[in-house]
Amino acid sequence: MQDVETLRAELAAAVEGAGDLAALEELRVSALGKKGRITGLMKQLGGLDPEQRKETGQALNRLKDEIQGAIEARKTAFEDAELNARLAAERIDVSLPPRPEEAGRVHPLTQTTEELIAIFAEMGFSVAEGPHIESDYYNFTALNIPPEHPARQEHDTFYLPPDESGTPRVLRTHTSPVQIRTMESKTPPIRVICPGRTFRSDHDATHSPMFHQVEGLVIDKAPHMGHLKGCLIDFCRAFFGVDDLPVRFRPSYFPFTEPSAEVDIGCTRKGGEFKIGAGDDWLEILGCGMVHPKVLQYCGIDPNEYQGFAFGMGIERIAMLKYGIPDLRPFYDSDMRWLKHYGFMPFDVPSLAGGLNR
Amino acid sequence: MKFTLSWLKEHLETEASLEEICDALPMLGLEVEELINPAEKLKPFTIAYVVEAVQHPNADRLRVCKVDTGKEIIQVVCGAPNARTGMKGVFAPSGSHIPGTGVDLKPGVIRGEESNGMLCSEREMGLSEDHDGIIDLPEDAPVGASFAEYAGLDDPVIDIAITPDRADCLGVRGIARDLAAAGLGKLKPLDIPEVKGSFKSPIQWNVDVPEPSLVPYVVGRYFKGVKNGPSPKWMQDRLTAIGLRPISGLVDITNYMMMDVGRPLHAYDADKVSGGAIRIRLSKAGESYEALNEKTYTFEDGMLVLGDEHGIDDMAGIMGGERTGCTDETVNMYLEVAIFDPISVAMTGRKLNVLSDARYRFERGLDPTGPTWGVHLASKLVQEICGGEMSELVVHGQEEDWKRTITLRHSRIRSLGGIDIPEQKAKQILMDLGFEVSGSGESISAVVPPWRRDVEGEACLVEEILRINGYDEIPVVSMETGHVVPEPALSKEQVREGRAKRVLSARGMLEAVTFSFLSRAEAELFGGGAAELTLVNPISSELDVMRPSILPNLLAAAARNANMGNGDASLFEVGPQYADATPKGQSKVIAGIRVGRTGPKDWAGATRPVDAFDAKADVVALLEALDAPAGNLQVSTDAPAWYHPGRSGALRLGPNVLAYFGELHPKVLKEMDVRGPAVAFEIFLEKVPVPKSKGAAKSFLKLSPFQPLTRDFAFVVEKDVPAEKLVRAAAGADKALISGVRLFDEYQGKGLGENEKSLAIQVTLQPVDATLTDEQIEVVGQKIVAQVEKAVGGRIRG
Repeated sequence: MQDVETLRAELAAAVEGAGDLAALEELRVSALGKKGRITGLMKQLGGLDPEQRKETGQALNRLKDEIQGAIEARKTAFEDAELNARLAAERIDVSLPPRPEEAGRVHPLTQTTEELIAIFAEMGFSVAEGPHIESDYYNFTALNIPPEHPARQEHDTFYLPPDESGTPRVLRTHTSPVQIRTMESKTPPIRVICPGRTFRSDHDATHSPMFHQVEGLVIDKAPHMGHLKGCLIDFCRAFFGVDDLPVRFRPSYFPFTEPSAEVDIGCTRKGGEFKIGAGDDWLEILGCGMVHPKVLQYCGIDPNEYQGFAFGMGIERIAMLKYGIPDLRPFYDSDMRWLKHYGFMPFDVPSLAGGLNR
Repeated sequence: MKFTLSWLKEHLETEASLEEICDALPMLGLEVEELINPAEKLKPFTIAYVVEAVQHPNADRLRVCKVDTGKEIIQVVCGAPNARTGMKGVFAPSGSHIPGTGVDLKPGVIRGEESNGMLCSEREMGLSEDHDGIIDLPEDAPVGASFAEYAGLDDPVIDIAITPDRADCLGVRGIARDLAAAGLGKLKPLDIPEVKGSFKSPIQWNVDVPEPSLVPYVVGRYFKGVKNGPSPKWMQDRLTAIGLRPISGLVDITNYMMMDVGRPLHAYDADKVSGGAIRIRLSKAGESYEALNEKTYTFEDGMLVLGDEHGIDDMAGIMGGERTGCTDETVNMYLEVAIFDPISVAMTGRKLNVLSDARYRFERGLDPTGPTWGVHLASKLVQEICGGEMSELVVHGQEEDWKRTITLRHSRIRSLGGIDIPEQKAKQILMDLGFEVSGSGESISAVVPPWRRDVEGEACLVEEILRINGYDEIPVVSMETGHVVPEPALSKEQVREGRAKRVLSARGMLEAVTFSFLSRAEAELFGGGAAELTLVNPISSELDVMRPSILPNLLAAAARNANMGNGDASLFEVGPQYADATPKGQSKVIAGIRVGRTGPKDWAGATRPVDAFDAKADVVALLEALDAPAGNLQVSTDAPAWYHPGRSGALRLGPNVLAYFGELHPKVLKEMDVRGPAVAFEIFLEKVPVPKSKGAAKSFLKLSPFQPLTRDFAFVVEKDVPAEKLVRAAAGADKALISGVRLFDEYQGKGLGENEKSLAIQVTLQPVDATLTDEQIEVVGQKIVAQVEKAVGGRIRG
């Protein structure tokens, strides 16, 4: 038994002393291989008497396990060291920038339009659209603006050559023609908003020859001025995210509504900083009114049975106010610096569930 | 419409403050655009006494003055020729801002003499162009007093915007009437004495028009022996305050009445009118006259004019003529108070491009009774200011029958206006506005006053009542929706459009919004420029044609961005393009461009110049997002001329082109000043079918428990064989087993014939019932080879 103990000490020292994986393998073969020393001793067990064989056999088995374990542990240590050395050599400069990915953005007009759709959708409105090249009839006449009406001059209309019948064609000066088309094609109750492009021959720092409006139209048996006020006050407060936003209605004039009103929201300009909310000043943001009985008649709707209201506002204007965009004209310049700055993340889809204000 | 506070008070008896009035006006529909108090900028100017004015020792033209400001004696060097000892003038101390010159006064030394302020001329004070000398005030002017107050310049000017319907508010009296109705005072009665003339006018009307409605009513009066000196100071002050230059008594009276009661007049120098008549007629083409604004206008056929035997003297309702206008020498005057057809006035004014205060009022519709009372009101002013003798009236036509009665159902205030207003209150409002009201209960009759031509029906009466009662009073009612969860606001098509924008921006593109019009040259590059889509009145030749495609606008944007140092552009727009001028000619397109590299140069070498497949990737991703039937799409190589003929394609669904994509034609890029490479796509949204709704549930997915396996094949085919055709052939070889075919290599060159290429595909086999045997795999392989050979003539590459 003295042999086994000596061998244990010798082999343990050898495992400890093995310099690398190759030496360790050599040691394993010399100890545990077919011709290894432990294997050799095991082969000799047959010559021992049963008592001794059992005892020595058990001792050898333990030694075998022990040496095997020591070799495995040593091997893992060698492998870890080797891996660590490799990993150390594989070091990269993680301060390098990642591969470029271009960030896209949605135009603020898209975002704003989707926001207002979300609000009006909640009030039961659906979205209607119409052509940009309109007949004189839809853009003016059916809206109670006869040819000689002074309001026509104030519209700065773009004209196209007349159609085959000699009827003038115009680029729609407002989204109101969609009202007419909607009333012609649908029967009340009607609740639509009509966002879209509009055109006026005006070009300076605060006017663009093309801009966007959203028109709203409600036709039913009972909607009155109180509903008009409720609808637009609720809209303004939700859109600008100011619960107590003051909203005031001033009498005004539009040929297609009677009574008509312009709507102001409260603001303050104290200290040179503009802020929407309760304050000492007012800002006009939209026009509205009860649909003129003549307009209903033009659309084949009996004004004795139905009534309703309409409103219209500039989408750029409310976008500029809400998002602090100072100038109008860059909306259409497609300057990528502007689009990246004022644009919105692709997954920022407006929803009332998530709120309309970041 | 401008007026001063004191002018308003001429018509309105009120205790209301300026602030209260300015707060009330917008709530009546009379928007205050500006409130100017001229006294503000004249605050530093006081009346001073020149104690002594002596010759400046070192300058011939200057005088050294000792000025008594009422508080102290100040030395001032003055260059005015009229500066003299003992005069009273207007003094501005150092530190004052001089409105006429924009200079801020500083104490100074002029040629060796101290000067601590200034004696001012009218021009320096911004009061007139007079700069002949300093203001020379009467001896009794109080030294030390505010000059503005002394000169009656402390009268605030209110400028309000008048909506086109409120012609009645184009005179101060109309505004006063509204304010009175709203409870801000009492409308003062207008005193119009009717004085009979003492002789028959030597000038008569000779109305010669095809339609009597062109000149329904005109009244004239001859004034003999008038003295046309300057108008009185109060009138001059009011006219000056609102920006009108005082000219002479007669001219100022016409202007004053226009602003005061909204009644334009014209005054002829009667001695310059020959033939004893003024003819009202239609012009002949080529006739011309010199108007009072010193411009010469040439008429077209059929414009309404007035004149004598020498020619035209008045553009009816717009502007009088220079030849017969009144001057300081005028002694006999003939007054015209007319109603002309507003449409005729508007048309003439528009065609000849003449704007005037008179036209503004005529075309909005004058009070049809105006000539009746206007001639007497004007006569009173002429008598007071210029004296003379009045003729009998010269009348043509008569007041139109203006009395219109509108019935108001009292309940309509509630049902349309959303507010209960007691009958008595409603009636009082109408009466205050000049309506004659009768009846009671549900049926109230209102006769519309002649100055309110805009009031046409019941809704107008409701508006008047609501307006005066205050829109603020209307209770707010939120919209009732009738359902807890609202219906979708957007159609499927509209939802797709929004999704497309989000998909493209997620793919790194920036959304642009560009004009619907562009230049003819750009339109023609993209197949546009038709006459019917050319604007008649564009704002510039750069924006005169409706766009046939969105691409030129995006390319122009890319060029602009490149000029700002951003050469790599990824832009898209979802918007209209116009094939013709009908509603059907307008279609909705998703268009995008990628220019330059896929990203900035980077250390990893991950970016590269863009190519046609970047555009194709965008199209494929979009079509998937739009729920297009991707499997049925076919590629053809017939994209339009603005694409590279060999590097572009169309995606079709049968005969319908859903999209174009590819590299842009180098000639187009050159024309558009874009440095390539540049690729583009256009997806025609309305052409992409919206899948029929089969409910929200997706089709059932059966997952096979068996492992799929892949096999690679390389085929040699002729160069012009489309890869897609080979892929389709392979996929069709065994539809049950083949779950995917992916092309992974294209090779031309060594080892292949001149006209050959090799295409390598990886086929995925997905067993469904059991693991495949080698034999089954072998059979599928053979089928694939056979199908490919049959479809594209390919052979297995050895």
